[in-house]
Amino acid sequence: MRGLLALLLAAMAMPIVAQGNAPPAPYAYRQLDDPAKEAAAQELMETLRCLKCQSQSIADSDAPMAGDMRHQVRIRIAAGENPEDIRSWLMQRYGDYVSYAPVVSASTWPLYALPVVFLLIVGAILLRRFRRRA
Amino acid sequence: MIAELGHAALWLAAALALLQLVGGALALREGEADGIAGLARPAAILQGGLAGFAFFALLYVFAVTDLSVKLVAANSHSLKPLIFKLSGAWGNHEGSMLLWVTVMALAGGLIAAVERRLPEKTMQATLAAQGFVALGFYAFLLLSSNPFERLPEPAMEGLGLNPLLQDIGLALHPPTLYFGYVGLSVAFSFAVGAMLTRSVTPDFARAMRPWVLGAWVFLTLGITAGSYWAYYELGWGGWWFWDPVENASLMPWLAATALLHSVSVLASRDALRVWTIMLGVVAFSMSMLGTFLVRSGVLTSVHAFAVDPERGSFILALLAVYIGGALLLFALRASSISEGERFAVASREGALVFNNVMLSAILAVVLLGTLYPLLTEAFDVRVSVGPPYFNPVSAIFTIPMLLVMAVGPLLRWRGDSFARISKELALIAALVIAGLIFFALFEGGALLPLLGLALAVMLAVASFLPLRGRNLKRLPIAVWGMVVAHFGIAVALFGMASESAFSTERLAALEVGQSATVGPWEVELASVQPVAGPNWTAIEGRMLASYKGGEGQPIAPQSRNFWAPAQQTTESVLLTRWNGQLYAVMGNEANDGRWQLRLWWKPFVTFIWYGGMLVALGGVLAIIGRVQQDLKRRSIRRKGAVRRADMETV
Repeated sequence: MRGLLALLLAAMAMPIVAQGNAPPAPYAYRQLDDPAKEAAAQELMETLRCLKCQSQSIADSDAPMAGDMRHQVRIRIAAGENPEDIRSWLMQRYGDYVSYAPVVSASTWPLYALPVVFLLIVGAILLRRFRRRA
Repeated sequence: MIAELGHAALWLAAALALLQLVGGALALREGEADGIAGLARPAAILQGGLAGFAFFALLYVFAVTDLSVKLVAANSHSLKPLIFKLSGAWGNHEGSMLLWVTVMALAGGLIAAVERRLPEKTMQATLAAQGFVALGFYAFLLLSSNPFERLPEPAMEGLGLNPLLQDIGLALHPPTLYFGYVGLSVAFSFAVGAMLTRSVTPDFARAMRPWVLGAWVFLTLGITAGSYWAYYELGWGGWWFWDPVENASLMPWLAATALLHSVSVLASRDALRVWTIMLGVVAFSMSMLGTFLVRSGVLTSVHAFAVDPERGSFILALLAVYIGGALLLFALRASSISEGERFAVASREGALVFNNVMLSAILAVVLLGTLYPLLTEAFDVRVSVGPPYFNPVSAIFTIPMLLVMAVGPLLRWRGDSFARISKELALIAALVIAGLIFFALFEGGALLPLLGLALAVMLAVASFLPLRGRNLKRLPIAVWGMVVAHFGIAVALFGMASESAFSTERLAALEVGQSATVGPWEVELASVQPVAGPNWTAIEGRMLASYKGGEGQPIAPQSRNFWAPAQQTTESVLLTRWNGQLYAVMGNEANDGRWQLRLWWKPFVTFIWYGGMLVALGGVLAIIGRVQQDLKRRSIRRKGAVRRADMETV
C-alpha cells in the first residue's frame, strides 16, 4: 500500500520535476542562426495554431505548449526537414485543428466553394445592373 | 432603494417601448396619426429618460459600492479607484446589456424629439421598430439578467479587484463599439419605418445618414483602438488575428461602410433604394450577430463572459427574431419599392455600386470564415480558419475595390465616360505599376504586401485628385470628409502592408552588457532589476536602444507576475519614431543565466492606427457637413413657409 502511495506521489510529482530539470525547449525563444531556415520556420509557425490560446498562432503566444511547438519546428527545420512534413507530423499528433493552412478537404470545401459562389453572385448582380442601363 | 428605483424604471421603460410598438402598429393599420399612435413620440422620449435614469442608478450603486447588490458584489471592490468602479458598471454582462439598451433608448428619444422631415406615419413606424428591438433587450434584462438583483445578505467585500481589468482602454472600448451597434439599430428602425410605409425617399436617407455616419465613426474608432490594444498588450507585435471577437466588430463596420455610401447616393440622387434598405437590414443583423457572438459565450475568450447557456439561447432567440423578421419584411416589401433613378456604368453611382458589392462580398467571406468553425464544431469536426485563409480570400475582393475607390470620386454622377478622366486613369495605373516595381526591387517578398504598398501609395495620391480644379475654400465640408477618410484608408493600408513586408524580428539571449541588433536598432542590455508594484513583482530589463548608431535611449520592458490572481504578463515597451516602432519585450532567464529578449523593428506600423483615426476624422467631418446642410435646408424651408404666409396675408 505504501509502495503504491509512493508510486502515486511520484507520478504526480513527475511533471513538476520534468519541468524543473529538463531543458525547456531552448529554441522556443531562440532563432536559428541560418536566416533562410529561420524564415522558413517563421513562415510555418505563423500557420500553426496555438492549441491553448484564442485565435493565435504558435508564432505569437507565450503559452508553454506553443513554445515547445516552436522548439520542435525550429530543430526539425534546422535538421533539414521539409516544412510541410513537419506540418503533417503535427497534424497527425494534434489533428487538422492545429493547422491554419488552407486545405481543401471533406470538412472544409465549403470555405472555398462559397467565395467562388460569391464571385459569381457579384458578377451576376453587376452584369444585371449595368446591362439594363446600357 | 436606488437599485429598486432603477429596476422599476426599467420596467416602465419596457412598458413604454411596448406602447411605441402598439402605437406604430395602430398607425399602420388604421392610418390614424393621433390617439395612441400620437403617443409614440412622447413615449420614446420618456423611455429614453427612464432608461437613462436606470443606468445612472446602476452607476450610483457602483460608485458607492452597495454590496447588497449582487452585480456590485461580484464585479466591484471598495478599494478600486472611482473611475474603475464606474467603468465596472458596464464591464460585465448585465451592465453592458443595460448600457446597450440605454444608449438605444436615448437615441430613440432623440429622433422622436428632433426628427421632423419624415411623414408622421413613417416616423411612428420607425419608433415602433425601435420599440420592438428595445423590448427584446428589456425582456432579456428583466427576465434573465437583472442588473439590480439584491443579495439575501450583503457581501462583506466585492470580488472584483482584478488588476488586469483596470485599464482605461478596456473601460472605454466596449461602449465605443456599442455606440456603433446602436447607431446601426437606429438606421435599421428608419429602414423598417420606410419599408412599412413605402416611403423610401431622399428625405428618409437624409434622416438616416447621420446615424449611419455616427455608427461608422464609433465602429472605426473601436476597431482601431482594439487593434492597438491587442498589439501592445499581447506582447508579440500582432495587430489583427482574425479572431471571432475582432470579426464581430469588423462585420458591422463593413456593412456600415457600404450602407453609408449607398445612403449618400439615395440622399443626393434618389437611386439605390432597395439596395440601401437591404444594407440597413444587413448592417443591423451584423451588429446583432456581433453582440450574440460576444455575449452568448459561444466563443471562449476573455471577451465572452456570459458563460451561461440559458442566456446564450435567449440571445440566440432574439437574434433569430430580429434578423429573421427583418429579412422576412425585406423579402415581402422589396418588390414594392421601385429601384429609383437610373445611371450608367461609368458614373459615380456605378463605382459606388461596384464597391458596395465588393464590400458585401468581403463581409460574406468574413462571416463565412467566422461562423464556419462554429458550425463544424457542432458536428464535432474542429477546423481552424485563420489569417492564411482570410488574407488571400478577402484580397480577391479588396484589390478591385481599392482600384475603383481611386477612380469613383473622379466620375460624375449619373453618366460619364472614362475617356474624360483618361489622364487621371493613366496616372493611377502608372502609380500602381511604378510602386510594384519599386517595392519589389527595394525589398522583394510576398506578393500581397507588395501589392498593398503599391495600392496604398496610389490611393494616397488618388484620394486628393477630386480636389483638383476646385475652389478649396468653397468646398463642402462633407467632401473634405470623403477625401480625409479615403486618404486614411491609404495610410492604414500602407501601415499594414509595410508591417507585413518589412518587419524584422530578433529573439536574443543576452548577458548583461551584451547587445543585439534588430533592423537599424542596436539594443544593449544594461542591467536587470527586480521591481515591485502594489500587487505584482517584475523583472525589469534596463536597455539602451540606439537607432543607426545614434545616442542610446533608455527603455525598460518588464515581465510582471501578479499574485492575486496569479498571472504573468509582459509589459512591452514601444519606442516610436516617425518611420516605425521598436517593440521590446523582456522574457525569462534562460538556463545558462542569459536573458531572453524579443525585439521587433516594425517600419511604419503606426500608420495602421493613424490611418484608422484619419478615417474616423473623415466621418466626423462628413457628419458636420451633412448636419450643417440639413440645418440650412431646414431654415430655407422655414423662410419659404413664412414668405408664403406673408403673401397670403397680403
